[in-house]
Amino acid sequence: MPTDQPAAVPKAIPKPTPETRPFWDGAAAGELRVQRCLACLRHYFYPRPVCPHCGTSDVEWVTVSGRATLYSYVISHRPAPGFAEDGPYAIAVVELEEGVRMMTNIVGIEITPENLELDMPLRVVFEPRGDVHVPLFAPAAAPATGGER
Amino acid sequence: MSTDIVIVGAAETDEIGRLPDRSVFELHLEGACNALADAGLTKDDVDGVATVGTPGPVQVAHALGITPAWLDGTSVGGTSFLFHVRHALAAIRAGLCHTVLITHGESGRSRVGAPPRAFGRDSLPGQFELPYGTMGPATTFTVTALRYMKETGLTHEQLASVAVAQRRWSSRNPRAAMRDLVTVEDVLASRLVAYPFHLLECCLVTDGGGALVVTSRERAEALGTRKPPVYVLGSGESAESPIISQMEDFTTSRSFRLSSQAAFADAKITHADVDHLMIYDAFAHVPIYGLEDMGFVGRGEAGAFIEEGHTSPGGRLPMNTNGGGLSYTHTGMYGMFAMQESIRQLRGEAAAQVPDVEVGVVLGNGGMFMSAATLVLGNRRS
Ligand SMILES: [Zn+2]
Repeated sequence: MPTDQPAAVPKAIPKPTPETRPFWDGAAAGELRVQRCLACLRHYFYPRPVCPHCGTSDVEWVTVSGRATLYSYVISHRPAPGFAEDGPYAIAVVELEEGVRMMTNIVGIEITPENLELDMPLRVVFEPRGDVHVPLFAPAAAPATGGER
Repeated sequence: MSTDIVIVGAAETDEIGRLPDRSVFELHLEGACNALADAGLTKDDVDGVATVGTPGPVQVAHALGITPAWLDGTSVGGTSFLFHVRHALAAIRAGLCHTVLITHGESGRSRVGAPPRAFGRDSLPGQFELPYGTMGPATTFTVTALRYMKETGLTHEQLASVAVAQRRWSSRNPRAAMRDLVTVEDVLASRLVAYPFHLLECCLVTDGGGALVVTSRERAEALGTRKPPVYVLGSGESAESPIISQMEDFTTSRSFRLSSQAAFADAKITHADVDHLMIYDAFAHVPIYGLEDMGFVGRGEAGAFIEEGHTSPGGRLPMNTNGGGLSYTHTGMYGMFAMQESIRQLRGEAAAQVPDVEVGVVLGNGGMFMSAATLVLGNRRS
């Protein structure tokens, strides 16, 4: 980036809370972690201390595969702070193979409706941002470099 | 038999649209005064106040010189005011108060006296939505649509036809912000905001307000209100997820289904009884979900239903007859305006009046498929 330009506005940086800290610690370690209920054995997301399926607080953190499929998305044509240089970008919801969904961005592929086919296989990559790492998803077939657009 | 609950006052602010010289608070008070005048009542007749978090019921009551015996500050997004009607109904029936004023005012466009929109970095959206470049409803509410399109076959043209149908209504409404008729081609040629949504498939951003006065039929008769009462025949409320990614199925709203089932059962009506329908239309896909989730059409049929003109002027299910959030006004919390139009239709005083409206249904949405409330209104007792 040319140095005579004003400093770029940064992308939003999430701030962990006690119940979400293991998720963000996992991301910093290059692992996607979600919670699983020890009673009903179902995974869930976002982080919280009680299983939304059966109500028990007997839950654990597990590292999942990071394999996912594309559930739905929009292509934003109005850049949020920090996204101006990305061009149109995909705000997506992916479904992990463990059955939970999360919002993310799709990276590692040119963002067009033709390239983004629902249910296409994806895998997690992590983008360092401020003092956290943010999970993003790339086409499963793409080379394993994180954060590229 | 439970007490009949009636809406005896209903009015919007004198103007809606772009009001840079009016604060949020002023808009609340102007709507309140207009609704009381519409009812032929004064602030001394009111002993209950309900509104959303900012400015809140205490400030509204105090500014108007009302000493409330009952307050409600339920703030669950743009449908909050439908919740307030339902809660007022229960409070009046329980004897907690007699007459409730429900106010809305929002400087959605001009941001005068408006609270900051920001979410904290440690909130749920701050951690799990904003890092992905979301820019409010246009990039979150919309994210379900491609899934719906894939699973049901809804076409881009059918999605656009929602905006076309609503412009047919707003073209007859002098207060509507957007009144020029548009074609499917016009909608698809408008600029992409968040693919697959074009500008004309997104709601307006406006300033304005409105208020309602709710009481019992007995009280209304004792006080001698001005206009014929509108009966609250049934109601329902529900909620799903605070962040859209955790909706259980992107092709149907659980809270639309549950709130509407409850309201229809409460009112003991069937779909055939409904003469007029308002579905909160923040974006063009929302009325499609609403029609299916309420059961007016089958799964995957709503797009064709709208495209074929059944919700347009002359159609068998007149819907969003003020022009809706897409063409009439959308301050950010549109629910008040959906109710106002339903009441106007039931009173026979709408700009684009539908003949013989006796039963109207209003479906309100809060947040991004976050919460929902449904009201069945009628111009006579059930
Ligand atoms: Zn469980």
